[in-house]
Amino acid sequence: MNKTKTNILKSKTRKERWDQFVYRNKLSHGYLLRKIIKDKVYKFFRAVLIFGLCFLILQPLMNKISLSFMQEKDLYDPTIIIVPRNFTTENYRLVSSLISFWRILLNSLFIAGLSSLLQVASTTLVGYGFARFKFPLKKFWFACVLLVIIVPPQTISSSLYLNFRFFDVFGIIKLIKGSSINLQNSIIPYILLCATGMGLKSGLYVYMTRQYFRNIPKELEEAAYVDGCGTFSTFFKIMLPDARPILTSCFLFSFVWQWTDSFYAKMFLGNMPLLSNKLPSIVMLLNDYYVSIYGSGQVSTAYGMMMTSTGMLMAIIPLLIIYIISQRGFVESLSQTGIKM
Amino acid sequence: MAKVKKQKNLQRRKAIAGYIFIAPFIIGFIAFMVMPLLESLRMSLSSVTIYPGQGGFVLDYIGIKNFKDAFLVDSEFNRFLTEELSQMLIQVPTTVIVSLFMAMLINQTFKGRGLVRAIFFLPVILSSGVLVGLEYDNSLLSGLEAYITENSQVTSITSVLEQVLSNSGFGTRFLNFVYDIINNVYNVVMASGVQIIIYLSGLQTISASMYEAAKIEGCSAWESFWKITLPMVSPMVLVNIIYSIVDFFMRSDSDVMTKISETMIIKMDYGFSSAMAWVYFVAVMLIIAVFSLITSRWVYYYE
Repeated sequence: MNKTKTNILKSKTRKERWDQFVYRNKLSHGYLLRKIIKDKVYKFFRAVLIFGLCFLILQPLMNKISLSFMQEKDLYDPTIIIVPRNFTTENYRLVSSLISFWRILLNSLFIAGLSSLLQVASTTLVGYGFARFKFPLKKFWFACVLLVIIVPPQTISSSLYLNFRFFDVFGIIKLIKGSSINLQNSIIPYILLCATGMGLKSGLYVYMTRQYFRNIPKELEEAAYVDGCGTFSTFFKIMLPDARPILTSCFLFSFVWQWTDSFYAKMFLGNMPLLSNKLPSIVMLLNDYYVSIYGSGQVSTAYGMMMTSTGMLMAIIPLLIIYIISQRGFVESLSQTGIKM
Repeated sequence: MAKVKKQKNLQRRKAIAGYIFIAPFIIGFIAFMVMPLLESLRMSLSSVTIYPGQGGFVLDYIGIKNFKDAFLVDSEFNRFLTEELSQMLIQVPTTVIVSLFMAMLINQTFKGRGLVRAIFFLPVILSSGVLVGLEYDNSLLSGLEAYITENSQVTSITSVLEQVLSNSGFGTRFLNFVYDIINNVYNVVMASGVQIIIYLSGLQTISASMYEAAKIEGCSAWESFWKITLPMVSPMVLVNIIYSIVDFFMRSDSDVMTKISETMIIKMDYGFSSAMAWVYFVAVMLIIAVFSLITSRWVYYYE
């Protein structure tokens, strides 16, 4: 075994290596050859499969990119599939003026950033509490976390909507001001929901952070306690810096989902233009625009589609940039340091 | 004696600290989950009238009329619900299986794995929230396609292939079935971003020595999949089944969801919409319960 190995390393010419291979193959009664062929075939099919799946995921994105640079007449030309003949950036300009892109981009950034920060802060606290402390009714409260994950937000949406429309804390506000407050179209409902861990998919983040904290060795905390650190300073000084990977991935998840969420946005922020609200109405806005310019406006479906895809691309680009920058942390922290379910 | 007391004190202090940590959740859970849940149950049993001037709303108890309306009077709700359920029965198992497969693919070592991983997780971004509704089933181009078909004969390679196949003498029903599956691949792949992450975290915890031992004992790759990989990731299968069901029912382009929020925001019929939401909620809970009962029988916990 050892001898053949050194022989392989020594033999440099192709002929010598081939002879070596034939010899070894003979020794193994053809097993070596079969195994190599099997390996190569397997690798080939795997490569094809992976390429196909990647293509499947990327193709719509590519399609949108090429569409967004086309002119309208390119759409009706069956010979044009990917590369636009009349290259133009007019679509981007039109869409950004239709939905006043920069303003709603700022709005979206503000809302998504704020709510995901709050969400991560609250869910980390809760997750740590569940991971490290023993207290009565712990199992019950954790079952409640699971319930929060399962309950569709639509079930409670009507009641939440009315509650924030006529907001009151046990009738106290009514006593002072004479009537309840209308919190509709303000971001206070968002803040309240996110800060109390009831925001969009908050239950999932509680679950994730809990699993993460459970895997950090207990000795770390005990050492801190022995050195005279209190419960809270241990959490902030020892555990939080350690939990940075899971915090980033929770933040990214939350940011992405807030960015594209239209359910809560429609319910609480009806008047505030956000990217997720405006995207579905691009075709309508385009129609209005044509009416105002040409008098009569009926935008063709294909043209509307093209504009929608441009708008979608513009909405996704910030997310893609964030994803590319933090991709390593996002993927590796989740898969390697491991959320063990 | 004193020592025991001290121990108890420490325990109590710990318990109080624990409660302080989860306090935000408890407050939120009671204020924004339990109370709305009960209230929406009450709403579903009554007709809601709103008095914007006086700042409030009044509930008049009308029994199960809203539920009766949903099932017997409304023309769409039953159809949407059954469609949704039957679609789920196909979609969820395929998502769970395909994502396991994809996770196993990117758990292997090959050149460019980082890039492939990054691409496989892209659906988490691309198929979230409002984006799914806008681009369901890659329909962005179907409008274009219709137009191009009017002007020229040929639209795409696949449609030519479909034509050739339909003339070839196979049963049309069989072919349609195959087309459906192929068309569904895209949806399944787009829906399986998070599931892949969950599976991957499970696959990483299986130690390589287990596979080595199996190999030495003469286990083929196929056998070691069934005997090692599957039992070891079975807890993740359960998690993924639940996650996929929830994800499927809550996606923003679901017909039932749209109907509920339209009834609420546009028609302002809060009683009816909460009745429908409750029916939906109970259906989801039942399905999750059935699925997790079935799967939890063969979930294996390795400790």
